[in-house]
Amino acid sequence: MPEMNLLEAIRQGLDEAMAADPRVFIFGEDVGKRGGVFRVTEGLYDKYGPMRVIDSPLAESVIVGACIGAAMNDMLPIAEIQFADFIAPAFNQIVQEAARIHYRSNGDWEVPLVIRVPYGGGIHGALYHSQSVEAFFAHVPGLKVVTPSTPYDAKGLLKSAIEDPNPVLFLEHKKTYRLIKGFVPEEDYRVPIGPADIKRPGEDISVFAYGLMLHYCLEAAQTLAAEGVSIEVVDLRTLRPLDTETILASVRRTGKVLIVHEDNLFGGFGGEVAAIIAEHAFEYLDGPIVRIGGPDVPAMPFAHSLEAAFMPSPASIAAAMRRLAAY
Amino acid sequence: MAEVAETTQPLLERATVDELKHYYYQMLLLRRFEERAGEMYVKAKIGGYCHLNLGEEATIVGLMAALTPDDYIFTNYREHGYIIARGVPPGPVMAELFGKETGVSGGRGGSMHLFDRKTNFMGGYAIVGGQVPLAVGAAYALRYQNKPGVVVAQMGDGTTNIGAFYESLNLAKLWKCPVLFFIVNNGYGMGTSVEAGSSEPDLWKKGASFRIYGERVDGTDVLAVRDVVRRLRARAEAEGEPAIIDAVSFRFRGHSVIDSDRYRDPEAVRRGRELYDPIRKFATLLLEHGVIDDAWLKAVTERVEREVQEAIDFANNSPDPKFEDLYKYMYATPVPNTPTTEDAIRAVKINHGEFDV
Ligand SMILES: Cc1ncc(C[n+]2csc(CCOP(=O)(O)OP(=O)(O)O)c2C)c(N)n1
Ligand SMILES: [Mg+2]
Repeated sequence: MPEMNLLEAIRQGLDEAMAADPRVFIFGEDVGKRGGVFRVTEGLYDKYGPMRVIDSPLAESVIVGACIGAAMNDMLPIAEIQFADFIAPAFNQIVQEAARIHYRSNGDWEVPLVIRVPYGGGIHGALYHSQSVEAFFAHVPGLKVVTPSTPYDAKGLLKSAIEDPNPVLFLEHKKTYRLIKGFVPEEDYRVPIGPADIKRPGEDISVFAYGLMLHYCLEAAQTLAAEGVSIEVVDLRTLRPLDTETILASVRRTGKVLIVHEDNLFGGFGGEVAAIIAEHAFEYLDGPIVRIGGPDVPAMPFAHSLEAAFMPSPASIAAAMRRLAAY
Repeated sequence: MAEVAETTQPLLERATVDELKHYYYQMLLLRRFEERAGEMYVKAKIGGYCHLNLGEEATIVGLMAALTPDDYIFTNYREHGYIIARGVPPGPVMAELFGKETGVSGGRGGSMHLFDRKTNFMGGYAIVGGQVPLAVGAAYALRYQNKPGVVVAQMGDGTTNIGAFYESLNLAKLWKCPVLFFIVNNGYGMGTSVEAGSSEPDLWKKGASFRIYGERVDGTDVLAVRDVVRRLRARAEAEGEPAIIDAVSFRFRGHSVIDSDRYRDPEAVRRGRELYDPIRKFATLLLEHGVIDDAWLKAVTERVEREVQEAIDFANNSPDPKFEDLYKYMYATPVPNTPTTEDAIRAVKINHGEFDV
């Protein structure tokens, strides 16, 4: 099994999907000749040509909107939003159109669309190149929201997303692109959209996370293991539809809960996870449900000193674990 | 680069010697500021995303020379030169690039988010097109309040493809807003050429279906830019007629400091930098007309070098923003049930693992 980083796994997934099905095409800003700002689509333009790897004008609304129309008409489009922060002009197309067409057409029309979205901070990107947008979209029924954090999951989930007859928002944490490496099988495989994955089994505390924070949680769990605390780290992987069964089963085993995301806390995705646990596993809880997230400020400030204050860290996560373990 | 008509008016009828020298000084200041900012990026003094105005000096200085203190300016994220040419000293601008407390935005914004209230500099905007509707609204406010001045909505060529641009054109004309849509046409939006991104590559024509007048100008000719802006500015202020200015220049480097620019032919870029260097062109013109001599050029170069070095020193010696201020300026007035300084201190302590939840 070759080892590769998360970005390469996504590129390979795109390449294989395009080779396998001529209906797949990619549409986004500078995805073609330039290979994308993060180089995810590098080489695909040369291989598949300008009809299938298309440089869009600078206009997110029509990037997504045109892809919705093509998807309704038997194509399998993959729209790329260059940074999650730039998705707002396409919000209307995603939320009002893509998410609702199958329902409101009484099942007549499907939207097999993937929207790839690099998100997240920790790269000194400041206010408009660091945002997390999952909470906006996970709120919307009719959309699927996927957040892979390993190369294996990224490639497997991407293929599932491309084949899915529903619109899928595919969120890629940009700091994990080159940071996170892992083994990816040579043979064709899928990771299904839906199931969460226990990345580290443990007994004392259940930790729920995704994206870059998943890796911070694994690091913190390692630290706590040395202190004799056994942490279970659950990678949510798909935020919508959410795998409540795996979440609740884990809580019932450990009795303690820590939820971690980089997005700010108020109205964040962690609130939903906490509510589900409180409703359905209350009697199993041995402590308060603890959440860690970004502070509620309008956006990631630029200065390093403020960015450091913004991002949850392995240290802050470990501190929360310690306190929870002692509770 | 697209062709534009030339004027035959004698140089010294167009500007005084002092004005000409000042334009040259300003252009050189922007050039060296940007070159040194690029160096500071490589030295990791500046992080994140940083877009330089190299090649656009005449566009910027020409625009600013035509504006009055009553005017307002909205720009995109490639705006270091604009705020300096508008009169903000280079020190606080460099400090902002460094993310320091003494920066024009207190270190919160960085390169792409410069603001200055005193000079009516309404900010750098990193969401492409974000500034354009705002400029129309600001212009409507001027008209409504019967105030003098116009509003400039600066943007790049690529920006003219986003919906907000067309919505803004429509409203500007409907409302008779004193607004100038100032397009810095450097030929590319990242790796996408004007021709690849716009079905109408003559960007000044894009106002036609909104009945908005447009004009193309050589953006490497400081006097030509100034004169076009002066003319259309006066009309916008007096008659509420918005206009499009399509200022053509050549982007000297990649889209941002970290863009390798591989999608452009290196030979063409090298040639472009020679052919369309606004500063070299202006120096030749001034020397030919005896406005300046080599001794003056040497002196102004030294002055600029010193001033940019002072800006760097100022930035280097400035403190970082205090993390206690993380929640400062969230709302315009104190608001109950929002995080406080203590919350900020707590958040940071938690992140450093010092505090137990
Ligand atoms: C809404 C939005 N989409 C995409 C981007 C990413 N982006 C930043 S600059 C840029 C190109 C803009 O080109 P242009 O308007 O010509 O300005 P220039 O950079 O050449 O000055 C792109 C695509 C963004 N910042 N905002
Ligand atoms: Mg441009």
